[in-house]
Amino acid sequence: MTALLEARNVTKVFGGGLLTKTRTVALENFSLAIGNSPPSFTAVVGESGSGKTTLARILLGLTAPTSGEVLYQGKDVRHMSRAEHRTYLREVQVVFQDPYEVYNPFYNVDHVLETPIAKFGLAHSHKERRALIEEALQAVGLRPEETLGRFPHQLSGGQRQRIMVARALLLRPRIIIADEPVSMVDASLRATILKSLSNLNQQFGISFIYITHDLTTAYQVSENIIVLYRGAVAEAGDVEQVVQDPQHPYTQLLVGSIPLPDPHHPWAEAKAPAGIGTPTAESCKFTDRCPYAMPMCVEQQPALFRTDPRRVSACYLYRDAPAIKPEELTNIFAGTPTGTLQDHVAADG
Amino acid sequence: MTAEMRPLTSTQQTDALRVEELRVYYHTPRGAVRAVDGVTFDLKPHERLGFVGESGSGKTTIAMALIRLIKPPGKIEGGRVLLEETDVLALSDEQMRQLRLADIAMVAQGAMNSLNPVRRVRDQIADALIDHGTRISRREMETRIAELLRRVGLKTEVANMFPHELSGGMKQRVVIAIAISLRPRVIIADEPTSALDVVVQRQIMETLREVQDDLGASVILIGHDMGLMAQFVTRLGVMYAGKLVELGSVTNLFDEPLHPYAQLLIGSLPSLEHKGAFEGIPGVPPSLLDRPSGCPFRTRCPHAFDRCASEEPLLREVHPGHWVSCHLY
Repeated sequence: MTALLEARNVTKVFGGGLLTKTRTVALENFSLAIGNSPPSFTAVVGESGSGKTTLARILLGLTAPTSGEVLYQGKDVRHMSRAEHRTYLREVQVVFQDPYEVYNPFYNVDHVLETPIAKFGLAHSHKERRALIEEALQAVGLRPEETLGRFPHQLSGGQRQRIMVARALLLRPRIIIADEPVSMVDASLRATILKSLSNLNQQFGISFIYITHDLTTAYQVSENIIVLYRGAVAEAGDVEQVVQDPQHPYTQLLVGSIPLPDPHHPWAEAKAPAGIGTPTAESCKFTDRCPYAMPMCVEQQPALFRTDPRRVSACYLYRDAPAIKPEELTNIFAGTPTGTLQDHVAADG
Repeated sequence: MTAEMRPLTSTQQTDALRVEELRVYYHTPRGAVRAVDGVTFDLKPHERLGFVGESGSGKTTIAMALIRLIKPPGKIEGGRVLLEETDVLALSDEQMRQLRLADIAMVAQGAMNSLNPVRRVRDQIADALIDHGTRISRREMETRIAELLRRVGLKTEVANMFPHELSGGMKQRVVIAIAISLRPRVIIADEPTSALDVVVQRQIMETLREVQDDLGASVILIGHDMGLMAQFVTRLGVMYAGKLVELGSVTNLFDEPLHPYAQLLIGSLPSLEHKGAFEGIPGVPPSLLDRPSGCPFRTRCPHAFDRCASEEPLLREVHPGHWVSCHLY
C-alpha cells in the first residue's frame, strides 16, 4: 500500500544565490508519510525558524523543494497530469493561521464557500450548493442561518476560522494541513476549534497535519508528533511519550518552558544555557545551546535513534539505540501504512 | 486616602497605584463603545498583578488609560487614577509626559517593533534619559547604558547595534532596559512576550521579574495567556466586556474560581496533564455598543437566572481578598 501524501528526503535551501549570499537551510532531508487509513493526526511542532511553515508550503505544492520530492498517491506533485493535479489540489486542503486576512472584506462570507464549489463543479443547482454549504458549516459547529450572508467584520475570529475549516471540508479532502489554526484566536475559542478538527478527523476520516508552536494543544489533539529544530527532526513519535518524557535536550527545554496554567507548578529550575561551538551544516543544530553537548555532536549530525518502538531521538545520548534512515521516520507512528511496523499494526487490528 | 472611597484592602499601607471607577469610552458614529466600564483595583508595592481577558475585554485600554495615552475617539470619561499620592488624571500634559517612564513605564504589545530601525540601541536608551532631564557626562552615560543592558541580560556590545541585528527576544530586552532606565515604581507590561517562542518567553519573564526585584517596583501584566499569569503574577483580575468580574490571589483564582466566566475560562485551558479535558466557552462576547441589561456574561452563562437580566452585579468581597461580581454569591 502506498502512502497518501509523502515527503521524501525533502530539503529546502533559501538564498545562496547571486543576490543573497547567505544560505538558509529551512528544512533538511525531511521525510513524512501520511497514510490512507486509519486517519491520523500528526503534529509538527517547532519555534519560529524551525522550518514548519516551509514544510506546510512544500506539502501543499506552494514552494518547490530544493531537493527531494513530494508524492501524492505515489506520483510526484510536480510531474502530474492535469487530472491528477486537480485531485491533489482538491484532496489536500489547508487552514492558515490568520482568519482575518484570508477574507475579502467586500464580499460576504458566502463567497469563500461558493468559490470552491464552482471551481470544482461540486454542485449542479443552487439548492444543492446551499445544502453542501449548510452541511459543512454544521460539521464545524456553526449555525448556517447565523453565518451566511454576513460580512467578515460581523463575525468573530473564531467564527471566521471555523468557516475556513468548513471551506476545506466542502471539498471532501483526505488531508487537511492546519498551519497554526488557533494561534490568533482567543483562548476560550481555541478549544472549540480544536475539538471540531478532532471530530472531522474521526467522523470524516480526514488525516490532519497540525503545524504549531504550541506543544500543549499539539499534545491535546494529536497522536503523533514531530519536533523540528532549525529544519531538522529533533524528536518524533508517540505524542504521549514525547511530551510526558522528552528525551532530546531540545524537547526537554521546550517542555520545561511551557507556562503551565497552574500556580502550584512553577517553572522548573532552568539549566544553565551551556553548549559548545556554533552549529554548522555537518553538526547537530542544537550544539550551541545543549547542556550535554559532546565533541562528537560538532563533528557529525546525529542519526535518528529509535529509543522506543514508537519514538526516535536525533541525539548522541541515545546512540546505543538502533539508527533509522530519515525516510523511515513515519514507520514509528501509530497507524503507519508502510514499513517494518506493518506486522505490529496488523496484530493490533 | 479619603474615607468615603470603597476600600479593596483592609491594610492602610499606601498603594503603588489605585484605580477607582475608571471608565473609558470610544465614541463612534454608532454610539459610545464602553471599553472600560467602571473598573476599580489597587496595586500594592512590589506586587505583580495580572489582568486576563478575551480580545475586546478592555485590558489594553486600562493600560493605556493608566499612562494617559488614550487617543480620540477614545476618552477617559471618569474615575480616578492615583499613583501613590499623585492624581494622574489631573496632571497637565507636560507633567504627565515627565511622569511617564520616570514613575510609570510601559512595555507595550509588540514594543520590540517600535525601536527606531536607523538608530543604534545606545542612542535610543540615551534619548529616554536625556528627555527626562538626565544631565550626565558622556562617560557616565556609557556606564549607565552598559549597566542597564547588563541588568536585562544583554552584552555591553549590544549598545552599538541596530535593531535589525537583534533577535526578537533581544529587542524585547532592549525595550525593558528603556522601560526601567529611570527606575519607575510601576511597570505595565502588555503582552510583553506575545510574538516570542516559549523558551525566549520564559527568559524574558524571568528577566522582568529580576528587574522588578532590583527596583522594588510593582508590575501589572496584561495578557490572555493564563499559563503565563499562573507563573508570573501574585494576584489576578479577570476582565469581561469592559468589567472586572473577579479579582483575587492567583492561587485562589485557579483553585476556586468563583465567577462562571472564570470557571469556564480555566476549564478551557489545555494542559499537559489531562488529555482531552478541555471545553470551549459557548457563544460570543456581547457587543460593547449594545450591552445586554444586567450582567454582561448572562447570555453565555450556564447559571443565569432572572436577577442577572434585571440587575447588574457589583464587585463584592466574598472571601477575604477574593472579589467577584456575580449574583450567585
